[in-house]
Amino acid sequence: MSDNNNSSNRRNFLTNLTKVMGGVGAVFAAIPFLSTMSPSEKTKMAGAPIEIDVSSIQPGAFKIVEWRGKPVWVVHRTPEMLDKIKNEAGYLADPESNEENQPQYAQNKFRSLKPEYLVLLGVCTHLGCSPLYKPGENKDLGLEWKGGFFCPCHGSKFDLSGRVFKGMPAPTNLEVPPYYFASETKLIVGADEG
Amino acid sequence: MSKFIAWIDERLPVTKFVKNHLSEYYAPKNFNFFYFFGSLALFVFILQIITGIFLTINYKPDAASAFASVEYIMRDVEWGWLIRYMHSTGASFFFIVVYLHMLRALMYGSYKKPRELLWLFGMFIFVLLMAEAFMGYLLPWGQMSYWGAQVIISLFGAIPLIGESLALWIRGDYVISDATLNRFFAFHVIALPLLLFAVIYLHIAALHTVGSNNPDGIEIKANKNKDGVPVDGIPFHPYYTVKDIFGLAVFLTIFMFVVFFLPEFGGFFLEKDNFVPADPLKTPEHIVPVWYFTPFYAILRAVPDKLGGVIAMGLAIFVLFLMPWLDRCKVKSIRYRSISYKILLAAFIISFIGLGYIGMKAPTPTLTVLGRLFTIVYFGFFVLLYFTSKNEKTKPVPDRVTMHD
Repeated sequence: MSDNNNSSNRRNFLTNLTKVMGGVGAVFAAIPFLSTMSPSEKTKMAGAPIEIDVSSIQPGAFKIVEWRGKPVWVVHRTPEMLDKIKNEAGYLADPESNEENQPQYAQNKFRSLKPEYLVLLGVCTHLGCSPLYKPGENKDLGLEWKGGFFCPCHGSKFDLSGRVFKGMPAPTNLEVPPYYFASETKLIVGADEG
Repeated sequence: MSKFIAWIDERLPVTKFVKNHLSEYYAPKNFNFFYFFGSLALFVFILQIITGIFLTINYKPDAASAFASVEYIMRDVEWGWLIRYMHSTGASFFFIVVYLHMLRALMYGSYKKPRELLWLFGMFIFVLLMAEAFMGYLLPWGQMSYWGAQVIISLFGAIPLIGESLALWIRGDYVISDATLNRFFAFHVIALPLLLFAVIYLHIAALHTVGSNNPDGIEIKANKNKDGVPVDGIPFHPYYTVKDIFGLAVFLTIFMFVVFFLPEFGGFFLEKDNFVPADPLKTPEHIVPVWYFTPFYAILRAVPDKLGGVIAMGLAIFVLFLMPWLDRCKVKSIRYRSISYKILLAAFIISFIGLGYIGMKAPTPTLTVLGRLFTIVYFGFFVLLYFTSKNEKTKPVPDRVTMHD
């Protein structure tokens, strides 16, 4: 080329500028495409709170309801169950629930508003399987087992408050969803009171 | 006829292409059993595309009707069961063939200079293939489809800070749902096959640029006759086309036997829980991925920390990409390498199979310890290889390929 230095500098500058502008344009053009993969408005709306009548749950019984497509457990705990929860601690990873896995009002030993009603998200904190409710003593699950939740996928164990045992694949206690009691028997899951 | 070909050749050099890549493409004359699996992998890829197209004709990518549409294909569509079993069996055979193809490369040093790029393209194909298989497994919308996908997508949740939003973006919902099924269908039938096609093209283009390695691990191009033809080379066509067609016939005999008589393969190819429709509120008693993922799954479980497990699993695949640079021995073929490489490779193969077995079983304390041991052996292979390969005591490599007759 017979270009002198000035004109070739100019050409390089314009070429590079075009590359940069094209690159920026491509990045912005990608946004609508990638955004179509986010949850749609309809999906977000389906995440509204749900209502559960707890009077139908017998003491010791367990109920599964669906919220945001995930299982929510409601357990009506008996006084014996609550006694067991009070007395265990040594083999739990986080007995005081210091990890932020529950609303503030559920940060206690029973991990609930009312000790007799346990409300948990039935999703293992390891890889999202749904653990099984095993309320009784069970030798297969070890001598420390006094009832709780057992994840069949990778063997994580949780006590009757959804607190994880030490040395389990699951890193934290089971999650407590936001909830409140609208009346003595009407439980609302998916929102805090007020 | 020859006039017609001449007319074409003036516009598109078809004859020259056939010469360059078939009739005058020279491959080493000492290929053995392990050299069947490249062409077989290509065959299975085409088979998956064809059976896949015919499955999409009757399949419905909708959470409400997906499971029923697969049963419809199995029971009501004429020959539907055959197409579907060929596709599901094809997925497992794809991995059998690809694992043997990769083992061949490890044995004969086919990833070494000048074939590093060839190996990298191959590894990309392997990763794409895993994504393709994983997404395809969700489509029947059975219990194992659903919960397997749940476990794998949750892995992304382990990434600090962005993990949860990334998992949400991949699913398009708070849980695996219709939105997830629909997008996995799109990726499985169009996005990933297109990418696979492109990378397979590059893999073969890179192969035809540098030429095939061989069981003796010597470069046949280093020894050419006066016409410029490698003295240890034979034209791909007809010699290796005939060899590969014979291999294909044996492969199809085994493959079709499985399709006809053992399509579930005792729960290995099609898992029993997948004959139950997906239920988001009930996890099956025991979740296992399909057999070809179990070695990596066992590594994930071996690490007692969520993020650590995910990193270890990713690393187990990533480290394979580095083989051309981890193995510093100049001699390619295992035939002329030291006993240390033979022991290392044997330990690696045993650990891979052992991990595969452990990944299929429910976690018990004994298996967990064994899984950790095999994980150490798996990674130990790469670490020890890096240190031992530099000054390996090798045997003299011959100038010409050795023929065994």
